[in-house]
Amino acid sequence: MSTFTGVRGTVWFRAFTGQDNPMPGDPKSVLAADAPLGTDNARFLCIVPDQHARFPCARNGQVGLEEAYTLATRVREAIELDKNATKRPIIAIVDVKSQAYGRREETAAIFLAAAAAADAYGTARLAGHPVIALVVGHAISGGFLTHGYQANRILAFDDDGVMIHAMHKEAAARITRRTVEELDELGKTIAPLSYDIKDYAKLGLLHKLLHVENPAKPSAHEVLAVKNELIAAIADARSKPVDLSNRRESAEAFKTRKASILVRAKLEEQWRET
Amino acid sequence: MITSRDKTTFLNRQSFLELDARGRAAALFDQGTSRELVGPFDRVESPWLAIQDVTPQEDDGCVVMKGKIAGKAAVVVALEGAFQGGSMGEVSGEKMTAALDLACADSENGQPTSAVILLETGGVRLQEANLGLAAVAEVMASILTLRKHAPVICVTAGTVGCFGGMSLAAGLSSYIVLTREARLGLNGPEVIEQENGIDEWDSSNRALVFAINGGEQRYAMGLADALVEDDTPQIADAVRGFIAKGLPHVHRSSQVELYRSRIGALDTSRQWDPNELRRAWGTSASEEDKR
Repeated sequence: MSTFTGVRGTVWFRAFTGQDNPMPGDPKSVLAADAPLGTDNARFLCIVPDQHARFPCARNGQVGLEEAYTLATRVREAIELDKNATKRPIIAIVDVKSQAYGRREETAAIFLAAAAAADAYGTARLAGHPVIALVVGHAISGGFLTHGYQANRILAFDDDGVMIHAMHKEAAARITRRTVEELDELGKTIAPLSYDIKDYAKLGLLHKLLHVENPAKPSAHEVLAVKNELIAAIADARSKPVDLSNRRESAEAFKTRKASILVRAKLEEQWRET
Repeated sequence: MITSRDKTTFLNRQSFLELDARGRAAALFDQGTSRELVGPFDRVESPWLAIQDVTPQEDDGCVVMKGKIAGKAAVVVALEGAFQGGSMGEVSGEKMTAALDLACADSENGQPTSAVILLETGGVRLQEANLGLAAVAEVMASILTLRKHAPVICVTAGTVGCFGGMSLAAGLSSYIVLTREARLGLNGPEVIEQENGIDEWDSSNRALVFAINGGEQRYAMGLADALVEDDTPQIADAVRGFIAKGLPHVHRSSQVELYRSRIGALDTSRQWDPNELRRAWGTSASEEDKR
């Protein structure tokens, strides 16, 4: 079981961009910078904890209102900058605890803020920007929907500290009326329930699992290797459709998402009948 | 105050809330034009529920219908709030995504096809966890693609409301139609209380939920495009109106500068009276249209 530390985002952002600053006018919880990646100038984005953030429920690495609108702003800025130029890759470095759970957030419509960030990422993808999510730590629920899940390609480390899930374990156990131990046991046979990234890889949603000995302290050699994987994923994204069809057309999806494939085939067939 | 005319209207209304997902979907189409796709007789169930001792349903709680609304091609996808809380699983999610993609393909081939999504859902189905979350992300991606060509209209009437990841799908829609019985928000009250304590949100306080997440408040804040009575003809009228109107000048979820500046102007040292935000934000949609 991995505990959220919130340090990995900064580590990898710094490794790729050589610095760890927000852009002017942005909150400290959103790191954004352009940096060379292969022959491209890529835009890197990352959410990090900020103990002094304006919103009290978004101080520990959650994606809150300010984080979501800042991501939306910086992604849309990249789209605008490249309107008549090569579409720069957009790299979402993902280590998010969750969305922010607060009354202020609900009152000021965090659902729309989160949608705005996803809108920006999705719009960038449809405009031809290769959008790559690199999951270096946690990617939980609304946090991941806001930051990363609209990417053309998702890469993740095959590490115990990496966790992609719909809800953190204790809450999921409580709501489905199970113990954490029961949930862990079920996860061994039912892949979508598992909190293990290796089981997540069986769902067919991932482009690739990468290995780094200690993702909190990567070596220069490892950083270079991960950069090369990003470059390869960018090239792959550029050569294929801009939609998310790759997620259900992978070899793993043919095994695990049989029901999805069946539903789509039947719907397509019946759609055309008159 | 209910006037005598209002009282008659109230008594004569045809409740939409009392309809199931299939009844709701059918009620929106021009008469005699709709047919259901991948219905219960196709028996495409969730493969993940029975192995967890949960009884599956033969439509997985998601109804897809194709036909005409206001004389134009349309697809309606309705989530059944009475089955597993309207939660998104692999099958229900793929039904919605594939329906949106087919509407998009037809639109690109010269047959503009709008989509109406009836969202009564608590979000991801936790028995399908990561496939549910992935389904939500894919629904969102397909809404973004379709809404370049034809409007996507979200209707949340109640009683489940629209929460969790699917509230982002609502946020991406071209238009949102709500009733006073509807609630729309990312995190439900119980989850907030669990995460941040009863001082943050007392989930037993039902009035608070409606004051913040309720349809009337969302509409008054400019976050929904129509507030309707629980009356089937009125809801169908609102949907027809938006389909006839076509795409909005700008989608709400793309108005980043406007909303970012509004968030920046808030005093975060305290909780707000929801009425304050009505006053501060309430005129948004019309202002934006004038730009």
